[in-house]
Amino acid sequence: MPHLQSQQSLKLILKNYFTGFKSPLAWCTSAGPAEILRALGFDVYFPENHGALLGASRTAEKYIPRAHQEGFGGEICSYLTSDIGAWRMKETPLTKAYGLPSVPKPDLIVYNTNQCREVADWFNFFAEEFDCPVFGIYPPRHLEEIHQRDIDNVVGQFEDLILLGEKVIGNKMTDADLMETVLLSKRGSQLWGEVLNTAQTTPSPITFFDGTILMAPIVVLRGTQICVDFYQEVLEELTQLSSEKISAVAKEDVRIYWEGMPVWGRLKAFSQLFANNNAAVVASTYCNSWIFDDFDENNPLESLALAYTQIFINRGENAKLDMMKDIINNFNIDGVIFHDSKTCFNNSNNRFGLPKKLTDATGISCVTIEGDLNDMRFLSDGQIETKLETFIDQIGSKKGIY
Amino acid sequence: MKYVVGIDVGSTYTKAIILSRENEIIGRSLSPTGFKLDQISKKVYKQVLAETELNENDIGYIIASGFGRHRVDFCDLTVTDLTATARGSNLMFPGTMTVLDIGGQTMKASRLDENLKVKSFRLNDKCAAGTGTFLEKTARYMGYETDEIGPLVQTSKFQVPISGVCAVFAESEVINQLSLGSAPADIMHGAMFSLVKRAIQLLKRVRMEPRLTLTGGIMRFPTMIKVIKDELDEDIINVPEGDLVQYTTALGAATLANQRLTKLNKN
Repeated sequence: MPHLQSQQSLKLILKNYFTGFKSPLAWCTSAGPAEILRALGFDVYFPENHGALLGASRTAEKYIPRAHQEGFGGEICSYLTSDIGAWRMKETPLTKAYGLPSVPKPDLIVYNTNQCREVADWFNFFAEEFDCPVFGIYPPRHLEEIHQRDIDNVVGQFEDLILLGEKVIGNKMTDADLMETVLLSKRGSQLWGEVLNTAQTTPSPITFFDGTILMAPIVVLRGTQICVDFYQEVLEELTQLSSEKISAVAKEDVRIYWEGMPVWGRLKAFSQLFANNNAAVVASTYCNSWIFDDFDENNPLESLALAYTQIFINRGENAKLDMMKDIINNFNIDGVIFHDSKTCFNNSNNRFGLPKKLTDATGISCVTIEGDLNDMRFLSDGQIETKLETFIDQIGSKKGIY
Repeated sequence: MKYVVGIDVGSTYTKAIILSRENEIIGRSLSPTGFKLDQISKKVYKQVLAETELNENDIGYIIASGFGRHRVDFCDLTVTDLTATARGSNLMFPGTMTVLDIGGQTMKASRLDENLKVKSFRLNDKCAAGTGTFLEKTARYMGYETDEIGPLVQTSKFQVPISGVCAVFAESEVINQLSLGSAPADIMHGAMFSLVKRAIQLLKRVRMEPRLTLTGGIMRFPTMIKVIKDELDEDIINVPEGDLVQYTTALGAATLANQRLTKLNKN
C-alpha cells in the first residue's frame, strides 16, 4: 500500500494505542461491545488483533505447537492456538514493535460468541491465567432474521455486563458516556464504510489487502475520536486518488470479492499475485464486518445489540447470500474467492453450498481456496497460485480480455 | 516467421513444441524440469530448435504455460495450464468439452464452453494422493522406477484396495499390503484405482460432458486409461497418441501463439 500517505498516521496511532494502555483495562472480542467498556472507563485490548499480528508477523507457527501441549487441537482457531502458545512462551510481537514486555494485564475479560464459540474457551483460558473476572455474551446464533426478542435477549446480557463492569471499576456508567461512545463508534463505522466504498469505483484506489491493514482502528479504537479522525483522513486521500483515477493495482481487468478470513501470513504475496495478474480484490465480507449501520446514540443498548447480532458471521445461509449479492452488485464484481480456512469453521462460508447458490443467483463465478488465517501448515502456495491464476484467466476470458 | 512455439514448464517435465502456421507439429522435445526453471525452458527450446534444424529467427511467437511459466523470460506471453490444455485438447480432438489432466503435482478437471474457454474447473486438494507423484512414490517404495509402472501394472490380476484419502497413509497401506504378501503389480493397480476415484470426483464436480480428453504424463500407462474408462462407463474417451499425452499443454500454448501472431500481423 505504498501510495497511501495515511499509512504513516496509522503507524503513529497504533504506537500510541499499544504504548498507552492503562488500568482499568478490559479484553474484548473484535465484535464485542467495546462501547460499553469504554463508557465504563476501561481501556480496551483485543486479543484477535494480537492473533492477526502473530499471523502477519509469521510467528504463529512457532507458537501453535505450544498450545497443542496445553491440549488445544490442531484444527481449532489458530488465533486461539497461536495466542495461547505465545503467552505460554512469554513472547509477543508487541515487544519488537512497541517495546511492550507482554500483552497487557486485564481487569475484566469480555467476549461475544456472535462470531464463534472458540472465543469462550480462549478468553476463559486467560481469565484463569490472570484470575480475572470474565463475562460472556451469548446471542442467538445463525439468524436469518433478527427479531425484537433476540435484541431483548442481548440487551439483558449487556445490562448484566454493565453491572459487573461497574463493580470492577467501582463507578457507575453514565448514559451520557455511553451515548457519546456510541456516537463516536457510529461516526467511525460510517467513515470506515465510506472508505471501503471508494473501491466501488473502477479502477479502485484500494484493495482488500490495504483494507486488512487500514481496518486496525475500527477494531481496536472503535468509539474514540482518534478512530473518526483517522478514517476522515483516509477517506479524503482515497477520494482524491479516485478522482485522479489512480488505481491500487497497475491494471485492473478483473474485480474480485474475497469471502472469508484473510491469510495473514500471505498478505503481501497474495496482493502481488493479484496485481501481477491484473486483478484487484475490491471487496470482502471480512472488512465489511466492521461497518455497523445500526449504531444509534439515542438508543445505545438496543442498537449495539442489533448491530453486533446481525453481523455476517452470525447469520443464516440465506441472509449471508443476500448480503453477498448486495456486495457483488455494489462493487461490480467479476468473481468471488471463498477462503476455506482450515481452523476457522465459523468463517469458512463455502461449506454449505453458498458458492453454488451465489453463482446460480448472480451468474458470477466462484472458486474455493484452502488455507488458514494463521497456520501456514494448512496452505499450499503452489496450489493456490495455480487455482487463482486459472480463475482470473477464466474470468478474463469470459470478459473477452484475454 | 513460419513457426510458433509453445512451452509447458511442468512440475516434472518441461516440454516445447513447434507448430507451423497451419498448426502442424514440426517438432517436440522434453526434459526433466529439475530445479533451475529459467535454464530448463531455454534448454528445451534450444533442443527443439536443434532437432528441427530451425533457428530463433524462424520463430514468430512463443507462449509459455505450466507452473514455471513466469520463469520463461524469452516468451512473448504466458497463459495458464487450463487455458492451454483446453486448446491443445481441441486441436487433437475437436469437440472436446471436458479435460482431465493429471500431472506430477496437480490433477485438474475442466469443462469448456463452445468457444473453448474454461467454463468451470476443479483442482485436487493439497494432498499428493491426487497426483502423479503418488504413483511414482508408491512405485519407488516397492523398488520400481517410474518407467516400470506401466509394464508392472499390466501384469496385475486384481486391485488391492488403497485408501485415497492421504498419500502418507496410503504409503502405510502399501507397507501393510507388502507385508501381507500382496503382489507389487496389484498394489500399483490399487494405487491407480485410488487416483482414478479422485479424478472421477473432480469430473463430477465440473459436471463432465462428452467428449472427454485425458492428458498428462500419467496417461502414458494403458492401465490408467482402462481404469478410467471402466469407472466412467464411457466409451468415447480421447487420449492423445504416444508421448503426445505429455505435450497437450505445450501444443495448446503453441496454438494460441498462432492465433496471437495472426492477430498481430493483421494489426
